[in-house]
Amino acid sequence: MTDTLEKTITVAVAGNPNSGKTTIFNRLTGARQHVGNYPGVTVEWKEGSVRRGDWRLKLYDLPGTYSLTAFSDEELVARDFLLNHRPDVVVDVVDASNLERNLFLTTELLEIGLPVVLVLNMSDVARDSGHRIDTHLLARRLGVPVVAAVGNKGQGLEDLIEAVTEVAISGTSLPGPADLCREAGPATEALAHLSTHSGGLRPDYGPVAERHLKRIAALLPTGESARWRTIKLLERDNAVLEEIPDPEVRREILHIAEEFAGQADKGATDTVLAASRYEFITKLCDGVLRRDKQDGPSVSDRIDRWTMHPVWGVPIFLGLMYGVFTLTFGLGNPVMDLLDRGFTALGGLISGLWPAGGTSPLRSLLVDGVIGGVGGVVVFVPNIVLLFLAIAVLEGTGYMARAAFVMDRFMSKVGLHGKSFIPLLIGFGCTVPAIMATRTLESRRDRLITIMVLPLMSCGARLPIYALMIPAFFPSHLQGPVLWIIYVTGIVLALVGARLLRATLFKGENTPFVMELPPYRLPTVDSLLVQMWTRAWLYVKKAGTVILGAAIILWFLTVYPKPPADYVVPAGFDKTTISSETQFSQLQDPAQIQSAELSYSIAGRVGRVLETVLRPLGFDWRIGTALVGAVAAKEVFVAQMGIVFAVGEVDETSDVLRHRLRERYAPLVGFCIMLFTLISTPCIATFAITRQETGSLKWAIAQNLGLTLLAWVVTFIAFHGGTMLGLGGT
Amino acid sequence: MMPLSQVQEGARTVLKAIDGGHELRGRLAALGLLPGTELEVIRNSGHGPFVIAVKGSRVVIGRGMASRIEVELGQP
Repeated sequence: MTDTLEKTITVAVAGNPNSGKTTIFNRLTGARQHVGNYPGVTVEWKEGSVRRGDWRLKLYDLPGTYSLTAFSDEELVARDFLLNHRPDVVVDVVDASNLERNLFLTTELLEIGLPVVLVLNMSDVARDSGHRIDTHLLARRLGVPVVAAVGNKGQGLEDLIEAVTEVAISGTSLPGPADLCREAGPATEALAHLSTHSGGLRPDYGPVAERHLKRIAALLPTGESARWRTIKLLERDNAVLEEIPDPEVRREILHIAEEFAGQADKGATDTVLAASRYEFITKLCDGVLRRDKQDGPSVSDRIDRWTMHPVWGVPIFLGLMYGVFTLTFGLGNPVMDLLDRGFTALGGLISGLWPAGGTSPLRSLLVDGVIGGVGGVVVFVPNIVLLFLAIAVLEGTGYMARAAFVMDRFMSKVGLHGKSFIPLLIGFGCTVPAIMATRTLESRRDRLITIMVLPLMSCGARLPIYALMIPAFFPSHLQGPVLWIIYVTGIVLALVGARLLRATLFKGENTPFVMELPPYRLPTVDSLLVQMWTRAWLYVKKAGTVILGAAIILWFLTVYPKPPADYVVPAGFDKTTISSETQFSQLQDPAQIQSAELSYSIAGRVGRVLETVLRPLGFDWRIGTALVGAVAAKEVFVAQMGIVFAVGEVDETSDVLRHRLRERYAPLVGFCIMLFTLISTPCIATFAITRQETGSLKWAIAQNLGLTLLAWVVTFIAFHGGTMLGLGGT
Repeated sequence: MMPLSQVQEGARTVLKAIDGGHELRGRLAALGLLPGTELEVIRNSGHGPFVIAVKGSRVVIGRGMASRIEVELGQP
């Protein structure tokens, strides 16, 4: 054997939410980690590694859970990993200042039967608040190594790595039951009746439960985690039950479990085993945990008097959100503009490599397709990085839970969780980071509903469309109110949509609103940066590839096929710009050439086909063609309108284009265009990110079709309603 | 016995029963909420969710849920 051969230890990092698990994970692995979604569910998933001598520790950050029952995706992911991947060591991170509650998960981890290393995290906070913990005694009683650590300061982490390596080498946890016997004193006597398994104390569920457990165990094959499975079956855990192939055995087990539940006191049928676990923990901690001080109102409680105040809570929240918004878009947009200009300059530079005036498909592909596409993705990066930094601060300090508390009063009325408010607000800036921000929602149902309605929050890219249309059709005293109506329509549709989704597609009892309120903490700079960076990188990598591909396809659609020399622009084409008898080869004006090319391209043809569908909304093929372009990014609509109307390259301030629009459409149609672009077809970046975040193409397609259909219906009502009210004239 | 939703801020209570299914009870138990546990109401503003202290941590509970938790005033 060679010494250079690395030996790998797989380590699962488990623990309660807010136990500082991720801080420890980040400290151990640094930036060498991957974030991803666990297949099939929207649970964030991280892995990373540490090297020590010949050893390579491969760490998996399991989602934070309070137990290993199958109540949430997080719990399912955590236990699936433990049961099926069988890591060499489980590092169980517990909050030392909240030992008893945190040890609940520990009892389950021990029953799974994998070697455990217990980490008492935030031991400095615990000490300062008067918790004295005898780690040696705890280690002897549980039969596992116990390491005191301060994750945010990096203390105790070397001890942790050492303990993990030792446990992995020996294959078992330390020390043996012999040590336990040497333990003297009344505390040990109190524990004497608890059962001892593989070198440590484990919960004993009392004679009645144990009798039923034995009956279930007799029906199961012996194997790994048999004890844990048996206990879960007695708790009537569906996921474990379904793993049993024989329906006869399943029925019998269910019968035993129900018989057991029937023997318990009324009101406690489902919590007998949980109560035994807490009893075990109380006995376990007797002599291990001493409290020097009694709890007075803590600093957190004092801050909460303001942040959770029935009156002041809302303005404080809105103020902080305003800060997040200003940071993300105020600080990000100048960088975004800079990047945008950089890409335009790069495009110009590459354009210059070809002789002036000529047309080259390669140049067009590089400049309009690739650079335009990559640029379209990269310009969002400053916004996304800043937004994730702001979210990391809100989460890291513990404020996020308070925000959810404050907003729950309002959001619960539409069937959403208080935390959904933050992504919805970010949606006014850009839908893409807003959808990524839904990761803070625990329930998949809440998350899907929020993602589905998010594009209705009018994002920044729609603003150029409004900026073009509103001055074109409305006198200055109506411009403000019209813009307001557009935004409010989006908000109302989002809230009504959420309510309807909750009542139909996502029916069922509301997820009970229960959430731990973590104490306020000062997050470390590096943990904020790591969190920000890993999430932003995920965006660049995953969304980047999809969005780039889509941008190139859309570029192709608007450029190909090229019209032949004898191509005559179709009837109904704008007579004021190009005569319908003119052949393509006779056109001189570049704007007219571009316009004729677009009308011949696939996008132009699709636009004409769309006209049959769009006519009931008062739209013609020109609007249809521009809408095809808007799929790439909403603001492209303006540029496409410029090309269709053969006024050349325009932006939203073009008065020539406004004049053309006014000539052709009534103000009501102008309003309907804004309404339709607000509601319909989210941009390709939104499509890609929805696909990524929901983990399925199905939801992205459903979102697209659903919103487009909604847009059609709403615009139809607005157009015909408006016409009937006499608003249809010019 | 009274529902938790009617308990005033600052009162100490003991959880007696939870009106809910098998899953809800299991979920709450993992957070430390099970019959016999002491609960202190930290915040009850009359509307919106609740804050309670249980086993050394602060837990937010929706108002709807608080009305399904039966408690008794006093300490265990």
